[in-house]
Amino acid sequence: MKMTTTKFEPSITTRPVYGILEPQQGSAHLMIADGEGAGAILDLFARAGQQGIDLRPSTHLIYVTAANGTDLSDELSRLGVAKFYHGPTLAAAMSRITKALTDASMGLQIYLAGTESLIGVAQSEAMKAGFPHDGMQTEHRGSLARRVQCVHCKGITENVKTDPYVCSHCGLSLYVRDHYSRRIAAFQGVNIDAEDPGQVPDMVEKFT
Amino acid sequence: MSAGATRFPAIVAEVTEINNLIKTFRFVREDGAEVPPFSGGSHIVVEMDDDGTRRLNPYSLMSDPADTGGYSISVRREDGGRGGSRFMHTRVKPGMTMTISYPVNLFPIDGRAKKHLLLAGGIGITPFMAHMAQLSERNQIFELHYGAASRAVGQFGDRLRKHYGDRIHLYYDDEGTMMDLPSLLRGQPAGTHLYVCGPKGMINAVMKIAREAGWPRGALHSEEFLAPPVGLPFEVELANSGKTVQVGAAQSLLEAIEAAGVNAPYLCRGGACGQCECEVAAVDGEIEHNDHWLTPEEKASNSKIMPCVSRFKGQRLVLNL
Repeated sequence: MKMTTTKFEPSITTRPVYGILEPQQGSAHLMIADGEGAGAILDLFARAGQQGIDLRPSTHLIYVTAANGTDLSDELSRLGVAKFYHGPTLAAAMSRITKALTDASMGLQIYLAGTESLIGVAQSEAMKAGFPHDGMQTEHRGSLARRVQCVHCKGITENVKTDPYVCSHCGLSLYVRDHYSRRIAAFQGVNIDAEDPGQVPDMVEKFT
Repeated sequence: MSAGATRFPAIVAEVTEINNLIKTFRFVREDGAEVPPFSGGSHIVVEMDDDGTRRLNPYSLMSDPADTGGYSISVRREDGGRGGSRFMHTRVKPGMTMTISYPVNLFPIDGRAKKHLLLAGGIGITPFMAHMAQLSERNQIFELHYGAASRAVGQFGDRLRKHYGDRIHLYYDDEGTMMDLPSLLRGQPAGTHLYVCGPKGMINAVMKIAREAGWPRGALHSEEFLAPPVGLPFEVELANSGKTVQVGAAQSLLEAIEAAGVNAPYLCRGGACGQCECEVAAVDGEIEHNDHWLTPEEKASNSKIMPCVSRFKGQRLVLNL
């Protein structure tokens, strides 16, 4: 598998890795992307065109503006796919994503592109619909801001850019691990000053 | 460490002739206690003493996993085989004590599936009988498509039809009814997992059609136990135990190694589980890889062999055993 263009440091096996979207055989194609992920979708269609494959008549493309404001929906709308949806946030698109997945037949090809949050949440939703976690293609583009779960209060904070960060639910200072949960699509945040309360290292912007 | 799963003596409680090719055997414990529990898709290894030749053959459990009073298996007689199925058909009688292994499951149901599509060919029906008992107990959605040569040899079909109704779809070669695999695989709802057990040709065809229809690999499951093929006799050197072993024409490499008193690891004895994987120290000749375990690259490199089903043709083979 070709690896995504984003550079990731080598890490523990639980940390997700991403590839490059390639056109696949299948009865229908569901593409879900946010922000800069639009670039991966455009590249996918360019690649399909070179291979003489027309994905457009059987493609449902769901695109949302990224948390950082990136919106390339104009370019995507010009692709001419059978169904195109553009929404302001992933949350706004979720009911559409769930319906597209549960109404599908086996043979549906799933392509996810953009931020790790978008890829992770869509993957988790596909798993709930019964698709194997490795039965879909993913390509990372854009921000590396993380979706993190506080392992203490279980609250999830979106768009975490610093390590440590302060849990938006319980207020603990959390160290952001590469330890990842596919089920809830979140990295794990662990209290950093449990043994020496108040001894919190400076926040460093690591996930940009 | 002893090789294989734990074994225990069992009494043959019943032998039932299903038709002239298939017999069903029921094993219970000598002490009348419950047998170790199993899940659908499990198999046991049955040990046979065939006039001095020790045979250990894997058979899928077909009984209901909720039934802990014993195990049932079905054996199809293969007259062209090495003799294990013939032994089961002609020599095994009710009341006999045999050695069997604890159950091992290499073909389990994936509990994350929304629907289970079961495809059986011939005697490949047996693991699905246990699967369906378990799925039905748990109110899971399933559908069985079962193909056999004729109604006469596919007698389990009628029994299953009575029990599970229209979830059972039957196809008989001699009546010209055939599974329409492309349309069957195109019409399955999201979250369906496919399971296939039967002859090699059927498994390969199903896998090919499923991949072409865009099914993800993780939703495809198969099991085929290979009988160790007969072949030319050959010699093998075991580097670690310092022995040279002759492998007979109707003997598998694993059986020959065991007969020489070397305790080699194994589990399924049918090329499926990977437990007996063995490093090749030196080879001058051609390894006949017959397993489903090694990758095509590993097979081509001749650096590993699965002694349960694979053979050798050539000058010299040395194993790290």
